[in-house]
Amino acid sequence: MRYTVQIVGVGGQGVLLASMVLGNAAMDMGYKVAMSEVHGMAQRGGSVLSTLRFGDDVISPLEANGSADLIMGFEPAETCRNLPLGNKDTIVLMNLDPVLPSMVAAGFEEYPDVDKLKQAVLEQNSNLYTLDATKIAIDAGKAVAANAVMIGAVAAMRGFPIPKETLLKSLMEQVPEKFRDLNVKAFEMGYSAMS
Amino acid sequence: MPNLLAEGGRQLLLGNEAITRGLIEAGTGFASTYPGTPSSEVGNILEKISSDAGMYFEFSTNEKVAMEVSAAAASSGVRSFVFMKHVGLNVAADPMMTLAYAGIRGGMLIMSADDPSCHSSQNEQDNRYYSTLALIPMMEPSTPQEAKDMVKEAYRVSEELSLPLLFRTTTRVNHARGVVDLGNKAEPKTVGHFDKDVARFVNIPAYAKQNRVRLLDLYGKAQELSEASPLNYIEGSGDIGIITSGVSYTYVREFVKGVSVLKLGFTNPLPEKKIADFVKGKKFVIVVEELEPFVEDQVLRICAQNSLNVPVYGKRSGHLPRQWEFSPDTLKGINELVEVESFKEPMKKVTVELPSRPPTLCAGCPHRGMFAAAKKAAGTSDVIYCSDIGCYTLGVQPPFKAADFIICMGGGAGAAGGFAQSTDQKAIAFMGDSTFFHAGIPPMINALFNNHKVVIVVLDNRTTAMTGHQPNPGTGRDFGGVSTEAIDIKKLVEGVGVKFVEEINPYDVKAATKVMKDALEFDGVAVVISKCPCPLELKKQKQLVIRKVVVDQEKCVKCYNCVRTIACPALFKGKDGQITTDPTQCIGCGMCANVCPTKSIEVKQ
Repeated sequence: MRYTVQIVGVGGQGVLLASMVLGNAAMDMGYKVAMSEVHGMAQRGGSVLSTLRFGDDVISPLEANGSADLIMGFEPAETCRNLPLGNKDTIVLMNLDPVLPSMVAAGFEEYPDVDKLKQAVLEQNSNLYTLDATKIAIDAGKAVAANAVMIGAVAAMRGFPIPKETLLKSLMEQVPEKFRDLNVKAFEMGYSAMS
Repeated sequence: MPNLLAEGGRQLLLGNEAITRGLIEAGTGFASTYPGTPSSEVGNILEKISSDAGMYFEFSTNEKVAMEVSAAAASSGVRSFVFMKHVGLNVAADPMMTLAYAGIRGGMLIMSADDPSCHSSQNEQDNRYYSTLALIPMMEPSTPQEAKDMVKEAYRVSEELSLPLLFRTTTRVNHARGVVDLGNKAEPKTVGHFDKDVARFVNIPAYAKQNRVRLLDLYGKAQELSEASPLNYIEGSGDIGIITSGVSYTYVREFVKGVSVLKLGFTNPLPEKKIADFVKGKKFVIVVEELEPFVEDQVLRICAQNSLNVPVYGKRSGHLPRQWEFSPDTLKGINELVEVESFKEPMKKVTVELPSRPPTLCAGCPHRGMFAAAKKAAGTSDVIYCSDIGCYTLGVQPPFKAADFIICMGGGAGAAGGFAQSTDQKAIAFMGDSTFFHAGIPPMINALFNNHKVVIVVLDNRTTAMTGHQPNPGTGRDFGGVSTEAIDIKKLVEGVGVKFVEEINPYDVKAATKVMKDALEFDGVAVVISKCPCPLELKKQKQLVIRKVVVDQEKCVKCYNCVRTIACPALFKGKDGQITTDPTQCIGCGMCANVCPTKSIEVKQ
């Protein structure tokens, strides 16, 4: 068994925390884990990519292009930008709530229609699952819990090798105690949205 | 969060966390650094846990000083660890070169965290050459677990040779994460005694000449240790050989089948006999390493010396690139030679045009105001913007375009003097507060000394922001049981005799513009200190006061001066042309309100 998740999004969205939750859950399952993270300059509002690989015998912290089993897209444009990380059979989970880049915000560039972004994925891949993770998180209590919504959604993905309970336990261990209830609620809402 | 002081067990650790744990298991008593990615997390962790670990730790003013304080500790018998990013070792190279002549007593590791692909760096130099230049031993781990374990072995070798050891990592080791089994903690020795030995520690020519011979002898001994080291080992069998080290080993190990692999962890001096024995009888050998053909060229030499007529493939043969970091995909370069796992066909890039998303200055970042003021003051005059290493490097982006020349820490101010002297253009140098203390003071004094007419802008955001908010001399320190006072930049600048020194608040862009105009007209060295704390740091300290900003749509004349000059990510220009603010990002700094000609933007108290 060998499984690769490519987590893509924007600095500040909680991509690193999500990768820690998934990684620790994989370790709890007894798998070997190899991950790669982006730190430093790119975190200042730039595109962020975190690679998580686990299985019986993994050691490489990076994955070949095309070989992702799951692309966990925290943001629609970033999901599309990173599509070559997966292949036609890759499961693509995409948060439909955009984070506007500063040049778009200032009116110098345009953000594409989200439906077009969805279409762009579907042209090459029929395993696209979408949700409004940020909106769900706001319903759960706070927009920052969008990463917990995404993790809950991953738990519902077909063939994902880590059971829901293990992911939830790992999430609870990774977040501060005072945000635990919020995160659990967001996780469950993400799970329900996908099942 | 991982607990690096745990008694044992198994944790999912970042390479830098694993290395820090390695220090605790090795009984390191003294650590020093100047922060730089990809090494920064080690310092951030030690800032928090060094006193609980019983270790002394400091953020030094720059890498050179960090090297010197650690050298002194190790010379007194205390195990020391100095760490920095690759370009930091250029700064620290001067003490390192002669330190090798003197050697040390307690073990000393010099961690150079290289950054192939320049993820957060200005170049991708291969610091392995420093080990051959300085004639010091070098080790390179491949994974977080190996990195932790290697620290202990590296100290053992350093002490056996009485030489500092280059512990060389790369981004994909420092920022890889993996399962790490913890070992036992050791009791650190933090206080030693410096036993004087003039012939060793005072390298005047007469002694240096002798120490050069001594060093070459020790280098020979290092060669024997490398030959016998368990860090250099063979996996698999077959008549095709791969020699590899660092993170490249993980790609080979997982994705290349049916080869014999010589994995090198002790990479200077190389185990020449082991390599010759490995190559002997092979059909051919491939060297898989990132950046320069450091191992490959030595393998070619070893083959020649041993009359081995075995082809050596790698960079010199054009199979593997010299530029940028490797990944599993890089192995496609050798799949005509060996069996590389076949990767799935990647999806194509989407045809929809995607907006760019480069890293950018944060909402409410005071640098925005200072750049806006400098640009406004310069107007259409021909100004060269010399910038430096820090968040403000991002000022290169539009609309600021406030970076025309960047080379290294403190380099902007030095270059500004040169431009002022050798061109008819005006030169403005930007540098951060931490950069000012690191390498900014000598070029400022140089400009004064040589009468260069430059404007030096110190972007004093009260922290070393880019690398994760470390303290610097301008903030004072308050951790690890040591408290010191902040050094006042303005007083320091006045103290050396700069006649034009002004402190401004960058959120008041109009006032800052006026000061910049005066500075540009000043006949001499002008220093402008833009003093305003980084909002991210304030947020971390729970001291950020967020104010609400409202745009009066009736009064707004849609001149877009706000987005064109400040370009804050919290300012939105809607499809209807209306300017609004994003309350989730906006901190209410008021820079946009300050530049609004019709006073349509209001900051509510």
